[in-house]
Amino acid sequence: MARERVEVSLTINGRTYRDRVESRLLLCDFIRHVAGLKGTHVGCEHGVCGACTVLIDGRTARSCLHFAAAVEGSAITTVESLATEAALHPIQQAFHESHALQCGYCTPGFLLTTVELLGRNAAPTTEEIRQALTNNMCRCTGYANIVKAVGVAAAAMRGDGAAKA
Amino acid sequence: MKPAPFKLVAPRSREEALAALAEHDGDARVLAGGQSLVPLMNMRVVQPGVLVSINGCRDLDYIRLEDDRIVCGALARQAAAEESDLVRRRCPLLADAAPWIGGMANRNRGTVCGSLAHSDPLAELPAVAVATDAEIVLASRDGRRTLAATDFFVGELATAIRPGEMVEAARFATAWSGERTAFLEVSNRQHAFAVAGVAVRLDLAPDGRCRDVRIAVMGGGPTAMRIEAGERAVVGTTIGVEAARAAADAVERAVDPPTDIHADAAYRRRVLGVLTMRALQQAAGRS
Repeated sequence: MARERVEVSLTINGRTYRDRVESRLLLCDFIRHVAGLKGTHVGCEHGVCGACTVLIDGRTARSCLHFAAAVEGSAITTVESLATEAALHPIQQAFHESHALQCGYCTPGFLLTTVELLGRNAAPTTEEIRQALTNNMCRCTGYANIVKAVGVAAAAMRGDGAAKA
Repeated sequence: MKPAPFKLVAPRSREEALAALAEHDGDARVLAGGQSLVPLMNMRVVQPGVLVSINGCRDLDYIRLEDDRIVCGALARQAAAEESDLVRRRCPLLADAAPWIGGMANRNRGTVCGSLAHSDPLAELPAVAVATDAEIVLASRDGRRTLAATDFFVGELATAIRPGEMVEAARFATAWSGERTAFLEVSNRQHAFAVAGVAVRLDLAPDGRCRDVRIAVMGGGPTAMRIEAGERAVVGTTIGVEAARAAADAVERAVDPPTDIHADAAYRRRVLGVLTMRALQQAAGRS
């Protein structure tokens, strides 16, 4: 069949990106190849691994399970939105200090999943943290330090310095 | 792992969506949350010529009380149902089952009606639909028809949807006056493919006697199934151990579970029996 192209305009991290792309272009590929934001990693490409997790209108979503052309009008947030020039986001800082990553491929997905969790629950229990992360895969760390890092980040974001790892 | 080319149509309303489906009769698939359809497209198991994305149809995005039923429109996301006070109060089984559907990222996007239309034998919402005597509203440009959930699910990944039709809404029965519910599932991880699950609704009289009951299972056959023989074993009782065990035995006799990489048929059958007992006792407040 003819490779239909459509004009797509997406707002990613507050900036608008426009291009003529195939209808079948996945959101993760628009983010990486049109917007040039390579922090969104593509793993399994069928919604299982969580590496490509972004926020759509403030809520986590698999960017490999959406077509760029079908999410026009939504606000997309990627991992690049977290840090400033001056400092890592408290969640990134906690992952760094808790050794919650090795190769780092899965990390952007874990960070954005944690953004959503802590936005809804500022003081999650260990069980609630594990529950929130069940849908993201990490093949390096064994998860223990990731779970710990989320707790550290939660404490830091509450301003509870005593709980720092 | 990239989908085959397709034509994307993005209607802005129910009427436009139905017109697009009629125009592309037979070759079009409805795209809502895409959490089941897009993986299949990425793997090229499914290659529709036309996708009708209803994500811009605001008039299909609702959860409301209508004729004493909880009605989820085609664009109602699973997370919205899970977080809805109306659902929690008036259709608690739907809220009980929602956390099992998938991870938050999947529930944020996946829709209630999309899961029903997919008719996966190991999905939660078809079992909820069967246990809540749900009605599935099918719409096409030519009109509407309404099917009982048990008539809507035809087989594994197969429903009564005809070309040119879409699931416009699912209408779940509201809770009985003495409603108690339980939804239990076994899987290797909560959001991994399920082994089996059981949905139970009880209507308990003030004296603890069971006035009415629904038992539905997932993983017991090609579709979600209502197990009426199990229901007969507990109705009229106070759901003691013996009645719960009789219901579990009836469930084990009634099901014909699949074997796959996650579990074999004999294990699934046993799990369904055990979950039935536990779900009945949990709903009755005995565990």
